[in-house]
Amino acid sequence: MHRVTVHRTLAIGLAAAAGLALSACGSSGGNSNPLSGGATKGSVVVGSANFPEDELLAEIYAQDLQAHGIKVTRKFNIGAREVYYPQIKKGAVTIIPEYNGALLTTSVDPTSTAATTAQVDGALRAKLPSTLEILAPSSAQDADSVTVTQAFAAKHHLKSIADLKPIAHTMTFGGPPECNTRADCIPGLKKHYGLVFKKFIPTDESGPVTITDLKNGKVQAADLFTTTPQIATDHFVSLADPKFNFAAQNVVPLVYKPGVDAKIVGILNAISTKLTTPALLAMDKALVVSHASYSQVAAGFLAQEGLK
Amino acid sequence: MSFFDFAWQWLTTAGHWSGSNGVPARLLEHVEYTALALVIAAAIALPAGVLIGHTGRGSLAVVSLANIWRALPTLGLLVLAFILSGGAAWAWVIPLVVLAIPPIMVTTYEGVRGVDADLKDAAAGMGMTSPQVISKVEIPVALPLILLGLRTATIQVVATATIAAYISLGGFGRYILDGLATNNYALVAAGAVCVVVLALVVQFVFTGLARLIVPAGLRQRTRQS
Repeated sequence: MHRVTVHRTLAIGLAAAAGLALSACGSSGGNSNPLSGGATKGSVVVGSANFPEDELLAEIYAQDLQAHGIKVTRKFNIGAREVYYPQIKKGAVTIIPEYNGALLTTSVDPTSTAATTAQVDGALRAKLPSTLEILAPSSAQDADSVTVTQAFAAKHHLKSIADLKPIAHTMTFGGPPECNTRADCIPGLKKHYGLVFKKFIPTDESGPVTITDLKNGKVQAADLFTTTPQIATDHFVSLADPKFNFAAQNVVPLVYKPGVDAKIVGILNAISTKLTTPALLAMDKALVVSHASYSQVAAGFLAQEGLK
Repeated sequence: MSFFDFAWQWLTTAGHWSGSNGVPARLLEHVEYTALALVIAAAIALPAGVLIGHTGRGSLAVVSLANIWRALPTLGLLVLAFILSGGAAWAWVIPLVVLAIPPIMVTTYEGVRGVDADLKDAAAGMGMTSPQVISKVEIPVALPLILLGLRTATIQVVATATIAAYISLGGFGRYILDGLATNNYALVAAGAVCVVVLALVVQFVFTGLARLIVPAGLRQRTRQS
């Protein structure tokens, strides 16, 4: 038994060391980084974070810019915000699709309590470094939400979170474990809407556990991200949040100011005016459920909106 | 602060020892998950292991299968079972049973197979039938190994039952998952310490059990091997 234990400990140690080595690779931002080439006038580097929706948005930007005769280098799937934010700050990436609320609280001002789109954008404009700028926000949001099934919404005539007031005490609410204590989740719903649920069940981050529990009625309402594809495929309804309990998470282009000109800004702003939450949800569904390619989905959106 | 300071601070707070999120309640849930998974796994793996060890038939196939099973990712299996069962509350049973079967089955098989051929010959020569050889010779002789398999499986299941929290259930996994989600490392450390302590208790229980039920004539041999 002892030998086995020793070997296992060794294996875990090796695995941990390998993990460290890998993560060190991922976060190295030195001169050997292929991203450090920078952008020259007339060409831009479009980057993206490492999850499908952001990569799709970057592909939409890239295709539309190319259609307008601008040279585009794609640097997709760079990593989490902690990794790509320093890159765009120094101009190694010119344009990245961002979410205003998350950008503000992760990389710019972690203590901010701004909630509405205008407040969040105002805070960002005031606090972003001078080399960076956010353009006009789109109405598309990938935010936390209180989501219910269509049948439940119809039965209780639910449109907004406020409509839950009379029935909350009979309901079980599902969300990731931190939801129970996070200021904008269970405590926020109580503070802003006076909702006290009968029970809170810890599930996962807008994943299979939350979705299955909501579908089979183990929970009557759940915290889901507004562009979770299953909201469309399983006929869920995300309730309106008129008191801005959940901070805005509008899709917005974050740009390296010296790398863009009025023409590029105009193209990106035109995309933002057409980008809505239902459109984003439909595209996520095509990506995740139907396994369409990024370039197909992006081209389809641009053609449909007459942008390309 | 060190890991143990974190855990100690949390565990010595009186409020953490009562209510539905208190240590006794979580312990009960954890033991419940572990026990049920083990009973089911043993009901499958013990007879299968004895039968294969006794007859020698299908041993390669079954032992290979049992070893391949060990490679199944437990968390993946949990989520799969949860989705396929439509979110059933018992979905946690499947990955834990799958985890517990290989060690029980393989050690039982090895134990029974390894019984001295002369011993079996002697038993048959005394007029024992095949079932009698199994119950009076092979199982008692293989008992130390069978208990070892059960002990290994139990410790693995105690450690892994923490995943039940992933599908909204309780047990000590609740502390670990909730603590990680809220950056409450004292809670994570306390959950981990609870699991380790429970695993140690299991170890002692099995050692005591071996003293009680392994025939005296076999004990000396066990200690040497």
